[in-house]
This record gives sequence, structure tokens and C-alpha cells, in this order.
Amino acid sequence: MSIEPQDLTALWISLKLAGLTTLVLLLIGTPLAWWLAHSRWRLKFLVEAVVALPLVLPPTVLGFYLLIALGPHGPVGALMVRLGGQPLAFTFAGLVIGSTFYSLPFVVQPLQDAFVALGRRPLEVAATLRASPLDRFFTVAVPAARPGFLTAAVLGFAHTLGEFGVVLMIGGNIPGVTQVASIAIYDHVEALEYSRAHWLSASLLLFSFLLLIAVYGLNRRFRVAQP
Amino acid sequence: MSIAARLALRREGFSLAVDLEIPGDGVTALFGPSGCGKTTLLRAIAGLEREATGVLRVGDALWQGPGVFLPPHRRPLGYVFQEPSLFAHLNVRRNLEYGRKRLGRSPETSLDAIIALLGIERLLDRRPHQLSGGEQQRVAIARALAVSPEILLLDEPLTALDQARKQEILPYLESLHRELRIPILLVSHSRDEVARLADHLVLMDEGRVTAAGPVNALFSRLDLALAHQPDAESVIEATVAGHDPDWNLSLLDFPGGRFAVASPPLPKGGAVRLQIRARDVSLTLARQRQTSILNIFPATVEALAEEGAAQVTVKLRVGSTPLLSRVTRKSVAQLGLEPGVSVFAQVKSVALLV
Repeated sequence: MSIEPQDLTALWISLKLAGLTTLVLLLIGTPLAWWLAHSRWRLKFLVEAVVALPLVLPPTVLGFYLLIALGPHGPVGALMVRLGGQPLAFTFAGLVIGSTFYSLPFVVQPLQDAFVALGRRPLEVAATLRASPLDRFFTVAVPAARPGFLTAAVLGFAHTLGEFGVVLMIGGNIPGVTQVASIAIYDHVEALEYSRAHWLSASLLLFSFLLLIAVYGLNRRFRVAQP
Repeated sequence: MSIAARLALRREGFSLAVDLEIPGDGVTALFGPSGCGKTTLLRAIAGLEREATGVLRVGDALWQGPGVFLPPHRRPLGYVFQEPSLFAHLNVRRNLEYGRKRLGRSPETSLDAIIALLGIERLLDRRPHQLSGGEQQRVAIARALAVSPEILLLDEPLTALDQARKQEILPYLESLHRELRIPILLVSHSRDEVARLADHLVLMDEGRVTAAGPVNALFSRLDLALAHQPDAESVIEATVAGHDPDWNLSLLDFPGGRFAVASPPLPKGGAVRLQIRARDVSLTLARQRQTSILNIFPATVEALAEEGAAQVTVKLRVGSTPLLSRVTRKSVAQLGLEPGVSVFAQVKSVALLV
């Protein structure tokens, strides 16, 4: 017996969700991390606390509030309906939004650490060498923070892959649409389909392990290249 | 191309307020104890201190003024930080090219000439972490020069280096001084560095400018702290008049006389700088004939200042050149030294700086 089509679909949805979420998180998280690393605003710690919230919050709590917000009577869901769309609860788009919140600290914090470690000096040097702010970000900060970007991307990806509570709350476990691998495993165990649970679990385990090996290997090479 | 800076900046526990005219040529040193605001002033001139307010004019260009703040990357300057701060992900050549590529015009100076000036030909393909501290700082200076700046700002470029590395860099800085036609602004807390490199001096303390002027004029002013330090000194600019091959002495003219200093032949007509410690200058009322001291000049006592219980700093004028002498209070009494008295200054030892 091998892996069944429905489980393959669940795996595919998991990967698609993790990939898309990581992309969104890098786009949102990079400026946010940059701002957190460089802002001297007195109340910055409030934003830091909000970013870190998903680390301590039970996923069901986050999922519950997102469900309300994204559902037909929530502010976001209602807005979507008014714009001629549909509420985001129980959709793949809803999953991406939920995962983005849930994995935010895993992307923002490594990036923020990398930017703080870089300090202002290399950017000031670049400024005295005629580089505009955007220019210095891409030619000085990004290359120097490359290990941070890699860590952020992989942690964001892996954390979304392993997500359960938030996805269950706002995704509704619809096979082929919002049923991800981690939930499919739970269903199989509930139904005592241990071999199917094994297939999916082993796939996720192997994939996550390979991913982390790749990251730590690459980060080592970066460090060797530029101590 | 002189620089007029009227800048102010207020921070917790520190305020900077300066109104300063900096000559458009030569090396001007911002000198003072750490925490006096000299680095902050340099950073404000570079546009790196956004909170600084006031007016900054460089030549004809207004860099900062009411409603005007040229961001650092638009100011045509070169900046060398205390630590070399090379870009770790680029090799030396690409570090040098980083600013040059962004000029938007073809630079006036050739990169090869700058590379030769700093002696970094053999380092071009290396990564920063493969260089010594002194080599890194030389590359950083070359990188700042590579953008053909209109003014070069140096923030204590030698501080992070040990004594041997300093000795390695100093000659390069001295050659910058000779060969560049742009003004150099140097932050320093080392008097020796100032004596070697600077033409003009800006003394700073607690965010204010306490005095400004030519180096030797300030070194010999008795109302400033410099003349009262144990190793107070005079710095004299001289030109090479010739060489006495029989005794291997160089003859160096200054406004006030001629020094004979042991040295190999120097290019005739060239400028040199002489450093004379106040304690190496003794005073006599009559010219000594049978003495080993070669450099004896008629001088006039201009002012005296007591140093503690036993010593006195005497400010002399040799021709138009000020010269400091450190003698005992007893000698002052015995010789009857007071302003206006004519004496002979015997200079026991001279350090040739360039």
C-alpha cells in the first residue's frame, strides 16, 4: 500500500500554504523587522509584544478570533462580502491570512536580530559612499543579513507546515481545499487508519528534517565565507 | 573652498554648539578630550546626525540651512570612520569601487593613483578579514578618496590601531596632506598626531569650540591648556635650504633663523615640520660659544606662566615664530626673565616630522 491521492492533496496544500505564507511573511516581515531594528520610538516595545504574541498564545485562541473576523459577520468577512467576494473563513486564502499571523514572529525575529547585529555603521559607510537609503538596504544590509533571511524563511515555512490549531479553526478541514497534512494525520488516527497516518507523518518528518539540514549546512557555508 | 559651520545639537547630557570657519586647504584637526563632541561635529558635517540644526556651507554649496538638509549620500565628501568598516561581503577592489560606481560622473582621480598612494596594490583581491588592521584602514582611506571628495573627513583613523600599525599609517596620512588639494578635517585626541598632521587646530571642550587657529599659534598660547602639559611643544614650519655633507646636517630655514638638524639630504625647497619640546629649550642671557648645542637663536621673552611650585613655561618669539621653553623658577629669578627681555634660546633637540 502506498500514499493515497487524498493524502497527497493534503501534503500539497500544506506545502502550498507554507510556501505562500513564507513569501507573504518575507514581504511584510522584512520592513517590519527593519523598522523594529532601527526605530527609536518610545512605544516600540508594544509592537514587539504584538509580534511575539503568537509564540505564547494557544493557536485555538488566535484561530477563534480570526474565524470571527474573517467570517460573514466579522469586519473583514463583511468587507469581503460588500466588495462582492465571499467571507474568508473556510477558504485557502483565509488559511494564508491565519498562517501569516501565526508564523509572524518566526520570520520577524531572526530578521530583526540580523539587522540589529549589522548595526548602523555599515549603512553609514554606504551613505558616505553615495548610496541612497534603498540602495544601501539592498547592497549592504541584505547581503550581510543573508543567514538571517535564510533562517527566517525556513522557520516560517517549517512552522506553517506544522500548524494545526489555527488551520483547524479557520479552515474547517475541507478535503482538497483546506485540509492540510497535519490535520489529515489527526483524522486518520481518529479513524484508526494508522498506516495512512504513518505515511503522512513520515513524509512530513523527512521533509522537515531535510529542510533543516539544508539550512544549517548553508548557514555554515555563509559563516565560513564571511566570518 | 572654506567651510562655515554653525551647528547645534542637543542630546541627553550633552549639547553641541559651534560656530566655526574652517580653512579650505590643509589639514584642520578637531582636538579635545573624548566626549567633547568632536566626532559628533564631524558626523554632523557629514549629515549623519539628523538632529543637528543650523547652517553648513561648504564652498559655495549650502549643505544645511533653513529648510535645507542634504542627505549624506548627496554630500560630496569622503569619510573614514574610527574602525575601517569595510564591507565584509566584498573584496578590496569592490570595496574601492562601491562609492565610485555611484558617482554618476567620471571621477577626477584615477583609482590606480589612489591605490598607489595608499600602497594597497597587492591587497586588491583579498577579503577584508584577510587584512591586518592597518591594511584595512588604508583600504578604508582609499575607498573614501575613490569618490573624488571635495573634502575628506577622518574620524580618529589611528585610534583603533596599535603603535606599530600607527607608525605604518602615519606616512600615508602625511602624504595625503602633501598630495591632496582638498581640505582634510581630522578628529584626534592625540597631540602627537596633531603635531604631525595638522596645519590648523580647533580646540573643543564640552561641545564648544574653545580656540581655533594655526597649530603653532595655539600650541604656544599660554592661556590654553596645551602649553601647560608636561610635554608641551612648539611646531615650526621650515623649508629645506641645503645640506652640509661634511657633517650630514640638513639646513632648515624658518622665519627667525636656520636650524641644523642631523638627517640625510632632503629635497631642497621642500617643506618640513620641526617639533621642539619646551623642556629641550634652555635660555641664556649671553650667547654661549663653547657649547655642543648647534641651534641657538636670539629671542625675546613674551610671557611667562608658572607650572606648579618649581617650573615656569616661557613663551618666546624668535623672529616672528613663537617658541616655548620650560625652565625652573629659580632660573627665571637668576636671569631676571620677564616680558621684553632679550635672551638666547638653545634648542637641545629637534624632531624632524616630515
